[in-house]
Amino acid sequence: MTSDDIRGKVVEILGQVVPELDPRELRADAALRDQLDIDSMDFLNFAIGLHKAFGVEIPEADYRQLGTLDGCVAYLAARIKAA
Amino acid sequence: MASFLLPKLGADMTEGRLVEWLKKPGERIERGDVIAVIETDKANVEVESWLAGTMEKILIEPGDKWMPVGTPLAAIRTDGPEPVAPPAFAQPAPSAPVPAAPPARMASAGPALPADRLRASPAARRRAEALGVDLASVQATGPDGRITLDDVERAASTKPAARPAADRRDRMREAIATAMSRAKREIPHYYLSTVIDFAPALEWIEARNRDRPVTERLLPGVLLLKAVALALREVPQLNGFWIDGRVVKSDAVNVGVAVSLRGGGLVAPALRDTDRKPLDELMRQFQDLVTRARAGSLRSSEMTDATVTVTSLGERGVEAVFGIIYPPQLALVGFGKVVERPWVVGREVVPRSVITATLSADHRATDGHRGALFLDAVDGLLRAPEKL
Repeated sequence: MTSDDIRGKVVEILGQVVPELDPRELRADAALRDQLDIDSMDFLNFAIGLHKAFGVEIPEADYRQLGTLDGCVAYLAARIKAA
Repeated sequence: MASFLLPKLGADMTEGRLVEWLKKPGERIERGDVIAVIETDKANVEVESWLAGTMEKILIEPGDKWMPVGTPLAAIRTDGPEPVAPPAFAQPAPSAPVPAAPPARMASAGPALPADRLRASPAARRRAEALGVDLASVQATGPDGRITLDDVERAASTKPAARPAADRRDRMREAIATAMSRAKREIPHYYLSTVIDFAPALEWIEARNRDRPVTERLLPGVLLLKAVALALREVPQLNGFWIDGRVVKSDAVNVGVAVSLRGGGLVAPALRDTDRKPLDELMRQFQDLVTRARAGSLRSSEMTDATVTVTSLGERGVEAVFGIIYPPQLALVGFGKVVERPWVVGREVVPRSVITATLSADHRATDGHRGALFLDAVDGLLRAPEKL
């Protein structure tokens, strides 16, 4: 799975949590919480979506690495590679 | 035979639109069956039946028309004798001591005279509530200026037609404005706050979540909901309603969860029996409720059964919330952001995660002392999260 594949899937899952998401306006290096006004319940649903889509466990201690789109891609790429 | 009326699904609902029938004429209806989907200003709501019987006749077809609360939508042939009380589906089941529908006076624009001071027979009051008629707007023809059942029926039939459907967001804003203005005007709020040591709860939840898959983790918010529910068992005077000039306590503790909606507005559906559910189950239901609230898909009982409301704005950086009570409830509990503060533990000052809990309560129902006992109970419960 390439970085672009991961990025596309992450954006798709974000879109399930935030239906009004416009991927063209999403800044890859900015905090998702601030850009999308997501709360802890949204974030939990996002993490569950990532877990189901990529088949990786995401410890709570790793949540902060998922704070941006770039962070998500880097984190998931490493987890997939290590699996 | 009973009429299925457009139910009142919250203090701020005055009209609704029939989206879909889920029962056909001749079809059997059990209590609790979802029989229709009604669009309100806030959501598409699956409306459950309080009666058992058979769908006799559909009076209104689904469409774009917005109708006032209380509009007859269908006729239902009920089992056994005809119900004595008006068949308002937003009313509670006889076994449930919780008034599901707020009084009509909370729902409409402000009359000069409070409805609970108007003279009206109990039957007229019930009918007015069922039809969404403000008693203060009814022309009384009974003895001594008393409002009769006929007066209420006449007022209902001459109510102005629903205005054209506006944008849902605008309508929601309008509905919230009406309900909150009235709440602030009629309910003598008092406000209390306390800072709670939240470190034990956070440590407990972190340890509990550590080895669990993401699908089984708890959020701190669920501990707050459970703590509020258990504290209400200790201080039941805050759990219930103010109806017709008196307190109606509720045996059930159904915490309404204030959920902010994308694009603005909020809804506060109920988590039934919050005090009795294990945390895992509560978390699943909390998650489901928030998801459905944001998707605009709730059940009528969820819209009407809350006996208290909890709101939290901590995630957006707010340290304390002093909210407005959702009528006819007696109290609203708020939680702010978890912050690090100097805290005395034993004889040392240490950095500690704390959270500010607030209570907005109706002074007609309780005094500050009772409110203080409640917040103290919440504090004590959150210090021992393993017991929640």
